[in-house]
Amino acid sequence: MMKGNFAGTLRLSRFIMRQDRWRYVWWIFGIVAMTIVVPPALDQLYPTEQDREMLAETMKNPVMTAMVGPADLTHYTLGVMVSHQMLLMTGIAVAIMNILLMARHTRSQEEEGRAELLHSLPIARNSQLTASMLVLVGVNLLLALLISIGLYSLSFDSMNWWGSFLYGMALGAIGLFFAGVTAVCAQLAESSRGAVGLSFAVMISTYLLRAGAESVPPFGWLTKVQPYSENNGLAVIALVVGSLVIYFLSIILHAKRDLGSGFLPSRSGRAHASVLLRNPLGLAWRLERTAFISWTIGMLVLAMSYGSVLGDLENFFRSNEMFASLIVADENSSLALQFLPMLMSVLALIGTIPALLAIHKLAGEERRLRLDIILGRAVSRVKLLAAFVALALISGLLMLSFSALGLWLAAKVSMDEPFAFQTVLQASLVHFPAVVVMIAISTCLIGVAPRATGLVWLYLFYGFLTAYLGGLFQFPEWMEKLSPYGYVSKLPIEQMNWLYVGRLLTMAAVLLVSGFNRYNNRDIQG
Amino acid sequence: MNVIEMNQVTKVFGKHHALDGLDLAVKSGEVFGFIGPNGAGKSTTIRVLLGMLRATNGSATIFGKDVWRDAVEIHRRIAYVPGDVNLWPQLTGGEVIDLFASLQGQMNERKRDELLARFQLDPTKKCRTYSKGNRQKVALVAAFASDAELFLLDEPTSGLDPLMENIFQQCVAEVKAEGKTVLLSSHILSEVEKLCDRVGIIRQGRLIECGTLNELRHLTRMRLTVETRVPIESLASWKGVHSVEQTNTGWAFQADADEMEAIMRKLSEHGIQKIESASPTLEDLFMRHYEETVESRKA
Repeated sequence: MMKGNFAGTLRLSRFIMRQDRWRYVWWIFGIVAMTIVVPPALDQLYPTEQDREMLAETMKNPVMTAMVGPADLTHYTLGVMVSHQMLLMTGIAVAIMNILLMARHTRSQEEEGRAELLHSLPIARNSQLTASMLVLVGVNLLLALLISIGLYSLSFDSMNWWGSFLYGMALGAIGLFFAGVTAVCAQLAESSRGAVGLSFAVMISTYLLRAGAESVPPFGWLTKVQPYSENNGLAVIALVVGSLVIYFLSIILHAKRDLGSGFLPSRSGRAHASVLLRNPLGLAWRLERTAFISWTIGMLVLAMSYGSVLGDLENFFRSNEMFASLIVADENSSLALQFLPMLMSVLALIGTIPALLAIHKLAGEERRLRLDIILGRAVSRVKLLAAFVALALISGLLMLSFSALGLWLAAKVSMDEPFAFQTVLQASLVHFPAVVVMIAISTCLIGVAPRATGLVWLYLFYGFLTAYLGGLFQFPEWMEKLSPYGYVSKLPIEQMNWLYVGRLLTMAAVLLVSGFNRYNNRDIQG
Repeated sequence: MNVIEMNQVTKVFGKHHALDGLDLAVKSGEVFGFIGPNGAGKSTTIRVLLGMLRATNGSATIFGKDVWRDAVEIHRRIAYVPGDVNLWPQLTGGEVIDLFASLQGQMNERKRDELLARFQLDPTKKCRTYSKGNRQKVALVAAFASDAELFLLDEPTSGLDPLMENIFQQCVAEVKAEGKTVLLSSHILSEVEKLCDRVGIIRQGRLIECGTLNELRHLTRMRLTVETRVPIESLASWKGVHSVEQTNTGWAFQADADEMEAIMRKLSEHGIQKIESASPTLEDLFMRHYEETVESRKA
């Protein structure tokens, strides 16, 4: 019985590990590094008990509890602070890692026909699933141990071994839980995209539900662990048991279905194209619809979370006489207003990502050799490129608008003296010329060097560095001016600089023209 | 009148000459077979004609218009089917067909539905679920449902089963009957033989032979194996006989098609006990050509 159900499992595990070892290394390295750098940073920012108590004060509101979970706010030691601020967010990162890896090991293998090859060998029916689970148990365990040891080795007084151990194990357990969830989703959906989408839907909905009712698994259990204060080991055990149950469910489902099929049948689609899908712009929209909608919602939520912090900020400064006396200096603009340009600039940088993805889709289409069949019809290259550029511009505009909307909405609820919508919208839309320049750079690259379109991401990252960290590290001004975002007026605390807007748009026009020109005159890959 | 005309077209990728002075003329209303081994330059030729690749040198026109400059105008009147059809996984076959039709500017609903039925393609399925053959059908339905005057077909049957290949051949015959022009690139000789009025053979980026099938027959040789009652002597010196090999029981050789009658008469004088013949394959044709170029270089 053992042999029949698990034949070849260990050999297969080794094979999976061999294929993806670097992927594991980078994921684990990223998450561990992200965890280890936080305590020293927080220790520097809030060195005394008084500082921490002040922060704890600002955490005493339902918005923050909904976002990061409950904590012992009366004894807000460094350890409590770290686990309060970081555990849930890191848990989501670990969950994403497990979802992507699990889908990759199971559904993708099946989808691309590799599973069929493997299953023709003398291995058990379950072995691909079991081997994947086995590998991910190892990966999560390694991650958990590295985090435990890493946190403990920082040797802060409030971060003892038992707490550090539970912190790591809690993250490993939430990872295992979502590996299980994905294993089930991989049986339900018929494609790996479907499996990943379904798993993400479970992750997001359980996260949101937990904000409403604290004990909704699995994230509700994760925040119950409360390392360094409650040290609730039972919650970790509950997570592990839960993941085992889910994993067995996936085995049962797997045994009941044919290779390549799923429990949720793929719906049959339309036999005819809708009126929308009858030109290049319609095609571009159709290809990017899902990404477009999810990014819009994502931007709205992110901006709302920023907006809700503004209210806390307001309270924080009001409750501190020392700060209050500092702000009086500039009565015309509240302190929260001073923060607005910085928040909007970060949102604008993030909002540039979907706009660039929209234009890069065209390069992807060429790489997948799908352009001949379009350009082989009565479609000019200019028209095709223009469709994707237009969609990118719309995307940029939409992201900026929804950032403004989200921030304004949340600020309206959380602040005593909320901003006018117009103020927020202007502070956001002022970034549009810079976004246009970024889109123009991508367009130019697609025309001139289609293989090097990735370079624009480096440039965007540079924009992040100068905008986000420029103040902190006091970069010289010329470094900021190397990025288009360095030419954006800081509305509403600065005057609008129309000269800069003119320069950015001229720059964009030059790049666009050269991009279109080259695109029209080069070979199409095929 | 020539629908397609290519004069001394060269296409260089880096140092590789994919096309090396290609001359090609396809007449209006004919089905032209474009044959050659993989890597000979068939697809490059078609992609130059489509305006995807810019010829390094030479001129290429369709309907008398420049294939690069007037691409869009030309494309209104042509239909293209690639050998490897890559489609968008999230669209259904029906959506893709309609999209193609509207990008073309023409749409024949009745023909579309009729072709879907003939090719037995379910248009409501997402392209992600289609096999290679089904993706090929999507492109074929889109092409034959259009009112194009010229069909550029680049190994269009590579994923089809024999039944569907048969339907494809009917479709080609139908558009031919309507007076339309077809450029059919292929490496399946039987398909080309069945459908094409004229054939061009491409090798290393050049058109090395071009003409009607009958004109090309002189190039083809039959492969024969015989056993005779009376031993044959001096077979190798007979006219039209090549590559003679002695087998355990008789002889194996190649015979020129135009000398076949004389050879058979002589053979029967020796009392044929057993004879097998194999028709020339495309490979034979190429082998033949290859031998000739080697021989002519030696000379």
